[in-house]
Amino acid sequence: MSMQFGYVSPEQIMKDRADYARKGIARGRSVIVIQYAGGILFAAESPSPSLHKISEIYDRIAFAAVGKYNEFENLRQAGVRMADLRGFSYDRVDVSGRALANVYAQTLGTIFTQDPKPYEVELVVAEVGQTIETDQIYRITYDGSVAADSGYSVMGGAAEQVGRYVGEHFTEGASLEGSLRLAVDALGRDTDEPRQLVPASLEVAVLDRERPRRTFRRLSGPVLDSLLDRGGSDTPPQADSEGSGD
Amino acid sequence: MVDVSRIGSLPAEFLTPGTSSFTEFLRLYSPELLPGNRVPAGADLGGLSPHATTLVATTFVGGVVMAGDRRATMGNMIAQRDIQKVFQADEYSAVGMAGSAGLGLELIRLFQLELEHYEKIEGTVLSLEGKANRLSHMIRGNLGMAMQGLAVVPLFAGYDLATGGGRIYSYDVTGGRYEEHQFFSVGSGSVFARGALKKLYRDDLTADDAIAVTVQALYDAADDDSATGGPDLQRRIFPIVAVVDETGYRQRDEQAVAQIVEEVVAGREIRPDGPVAPLR
Repeated sequence: MSMQFGYVSPEQIMKDRADYARKGIARGRSVIVIQYAGGILFAAESPSPSLHKISEIYDRIAFAAVGKYNEFENLRQAGVRMADLRGFSYDRVDVSGRALANVYAQTLGTIFTQDPKPYEVELVVAEVGQTIETDQIYRITYDGSVAADSGYSVMGGAAEQVGRYVGEHFTEGASLEGSLRLAVDALGRDTDEPRQLVPASLEVAVLDRERPRRTFRRLSGPVLDSLLDRGGSDTPPQADSEGSGD
Repeated sequence: MVDVSRIGSLPAEFLTPGTSSFTEFLRLYSPELLPGNRVPAGADLGGLSPHATTLVATTFVGGVVMAGDRRATMGNMIAQRDIQKVFQADEYSAVGMAGSAGLGLELIRLFQLELEHYEKIEGTVLSLEGKANRLSHMIRGNLGMAMQGLAVVPLFAGYDLATGGGRIYSYDVTGGRYEEHQFFSVGSGSVFARGALKKLYRDDLTADDAIAVTVQALYDAADDDSATGGPDLQRRIFPIVAVVDETGYRQRDEQAVAQIVEEVVAGREIRPDGPVAPLR
């Protein structure tokens, strides 16, 4: 932040901070969180196989983030600690995504208004329910605002462009393969010229509704390859061809 | 002074990077939740909590089996008939406990969480040796309670992905950790169980053979130790048996265990002292 002499209106301070955070978040690549019939899918383009943007928080809760790595990693670890502490003091079923989203919102809101520099991050806390109707996707922005998204959520990078593509092709209750292809196609639409992403550059994970206890699972290697197997066609998925179950 | 504007935010301890251990975090944030941290005044507290008894474990080709009887006692009384003493520690390991039941169950819960927490924070799993050492550390933290009669003695077994076989670790109340070979038993009936294990163990056991060995050993323990529960055929309460091999941890389903138990019991009707080992 620049040195500020004299009077600067609160509106101007907040606007400067918001611009600063937004710029940082738009610098990276997008992350897509999308519901499918069997759970919630997370996909991101990640240059590193070990510095994750997508992670497990608890049995049915996962975390995805864009922006500055050290800042969202710090929040992720805090979230794991909070969830584990809550599950240890009460019971595993008492850990909820909503509570976590609230705490993140409070934390980011406080940092935004009080700390010298806002966090340049945007987060998604997603909780897979017993049915597709009870799935929850919370998106928390740098200033502590929370939005409950339904169906899908896109953040970071060219979020608007990527989100538009997902919105145009999204159908409720699609198969895992269909949703994954849609997500990967969408991730490649962040520039005017669509890019074809290779599986090695992808970070993909799911919250699998049917798994007992810990539902989070990373998809990589041969599993990811076979899910992405396009049978030689490069056409983007058609909205009406995704309904077939997996 | 409390900074009112920060209420509802994550406390500083949550945001402090550095530790991937849940126990360390508890020590910082809410030490009262640590089992070993409540050292009460007074002498012997051993009679306050039920006592969990015998556990046995044996390796087989490609894995390890752990089994526990279902009895908890308080003095001469049976406190519980169907207590569970064998648990999944993580994907590739099992943990059981003998001794003070309340504290033991809490320690196991914390140990399970410790492994899961590390996995989530670090994005990778601990080595089997690392897990065994971690448990040792936690038992050491309970020494104060052990000295007042609330001792917990765990048994830890798992499949070692690095070497490709089952391994067993035993502990003493001071946190001493010892790797056992082939088989081991802990708890009040362990002396009798170990005698049986010695005679029944062989190098070419399959998983089901190994279960039969543990069931025989528990039968012998219950035969001579009043604190160990034998198979309860009337109530259909059978030992809890965990198998860990390269596919991970699984608790053997009750039906399969029941069948093995019934075979063992049928054998004992002909020869109550169990199978005969060759003399030479």
